[in-house]
Amino acid sequence: MVGSGRRSIEHEDEQVKVDLKQIEEACKELYIRALKVLPPDIKQGFARLDKTETDATGRAILGTMIKNIMVAEATDNLLCQDTGIPIYNVTIGAGVELDGYQLKQAIIKGCERATREYPLRSSVVHPVTRKNEHTSCGRSVPVIHIDFVPDADTLTIEMIPKGSGSENNSFLKMAVPADGIDAIKTFVVDCVLDAGGKTCPPTIVGVGVGGTADLCVHLSKVAATRPLGSKCDDPEGAKLEIDLSKAVNQLGVGPQGLGGDSTSFAVHIETAATHITMNPVAVNMQCHSARRARATFTPQGLTYGF
Amino acid sequence: MAHYDFNMPVAEAQVRQLKVNDTVTLNGTLFGIRDATQIHMFDRGRKTRFDMNGHAVIHTAPNAKWVGETKSAPSGYEPICIGTTTSARMERFTRPLMSEYGVRIIIGKGGLSEGSAAAFSDIGGVYLAIVGGAAALETTWIEQIEEVDLDDLNPESLWKFRVKGFGPLLVSMDAHGGSLYTEVNQAARGRRAAALASLGVKT
Ligand code: SF4
Repeated sequence: MVGSGRRSIEHEDEQVKVDLKQIEEACKELYIRALKVLPPDIKQGFARLDKTETDATGRAILGTMIKNIMVAEATDNLLCQDTGIPIYNVTIGAGVELDGYQLKQAIIKGCERATREYPLRSSVVHPVTRKNEHTSCGRSVPVIHIDFVPDADTLTIEMIPKGSGSENNSFLKMAVPADGIDAIKTFVVDCVLDAGGKTCPPTIVGVGVGGTADLCVHLSKVAATRPLGSKCDDPEGAKLEIDLSKAVNQLGVGPQGLGGDSTSFAVHIETAATHITMNPVAVNMQCHSARRARATFTPQGLTYGF
Repeated sequence: MAHYDFNMPVAEAQVRQLKVNDTVTLNGTLFGIRDATQIHMFDRGRKTRFDMNGHAVIHTAPNAKWVGETKSAPSGYEPICIGTTTSARMERFTRPLMSEYGVRIIIGKGGLSEGSAAAFSDIGGVYLAIVGGAAALETTWIEQIEEVDLDDLNPESLWKFRVKGFGPLLVSMDAHGGSLYTEVNQAARGRRAAALASLGVKT
């Protein structure tokens, strides 16, 4: 993590105030950083697969991916041409005081400035007219999620550029209770088979289990974008993660769908309570360019990480 | 498994000799093409001034920077980051690209389906797999954006790149009906029952 020096949060009485201009700057910086440097857990994931892959084509493709990570850093370039749909996940500490509307405006402004000033390819268009504003922004985009956490003095913003190759392979099934857990397992295996090489494997397979239809899909995205090595905090979900990770890697889809052992880095699960008559399951995949970046604002200043 | 270096454009016989698992490196001209480009060319009656006869196209929409037309950037664009995208979305354009424009090679990721495989054997063409998400590396194979057409569709314009040492790319669909994607997919589906059994699923 690299500190930026300037104090970003001011203590005033008991409340902590955040500088909106600095949030805008950080949201610009986060988009560019996320596109250039992969988090350490993903790099470790590559190192692990590189050791275990037995297929010659699979090994060559993993080698190209690993080389690309190094070239992107050495040439200060974007890892992938797809700048994705920008997502900003904000968590606000109990003692942080800010105007929620202004916060959203600052995020949008930062996202737009990254696109125009770098410049990045704007991958965002109107869904009917297909018009591109060349800002990476549009109706309800960037996608912004806001949540609240107990750490009093901290505001974090996580930025995820979600590539379309992986996002286009998103699936929801409203199974019924009589289908049981078998429906969930079968659905995950079939989604990995149907996605084949289109999601740029090796992937992180995110699975949402339970909730409402929309919550279930949301959870699958949360699961797909969680760091490698993290575990579902519901023990039932954690058990499924281990079994499904093994199962999908028996299929032999391999890197880029051209065959091999390395189909997925892992299967991640997130769960939510659901209705007595429901058994929903959703799958959202993250591609090998599993990009994310994080800014943390505390009274000590702003730091960037993953 | 043989390796070929192609100076573009190529003749029909050169692509017909390629077999699945061969590798190819391209030099010279390469065209960049995407969903909107082809929707406009084949559904909305627009034409390009480029001669794509015997050439290769890559499914792409690059990150490029407008710098104004100069000697080193004759199109006005400098490449920033150029890679590929999922080909499957553009499946139905393979045949018209080949029959109307004479395209011989399609480059992308994830592969194409039966319609394209048939066009490859009928007319003489191949699909070359490039690694998706490895654009930082692939950008170093691009010397220049020479020209651009249909630029109102930017970034889904029709791009004319000059490339050097663009590859090695894997022949994953050939002109003889061979497809690595079909092979891998059938093998993977053959392992479905065992994977489900390992999860204790009763089928
Ligand atoms: S799926 Fe991911 S790695 Fe592949 S091209 Fe899209 S963003 Fe890049």
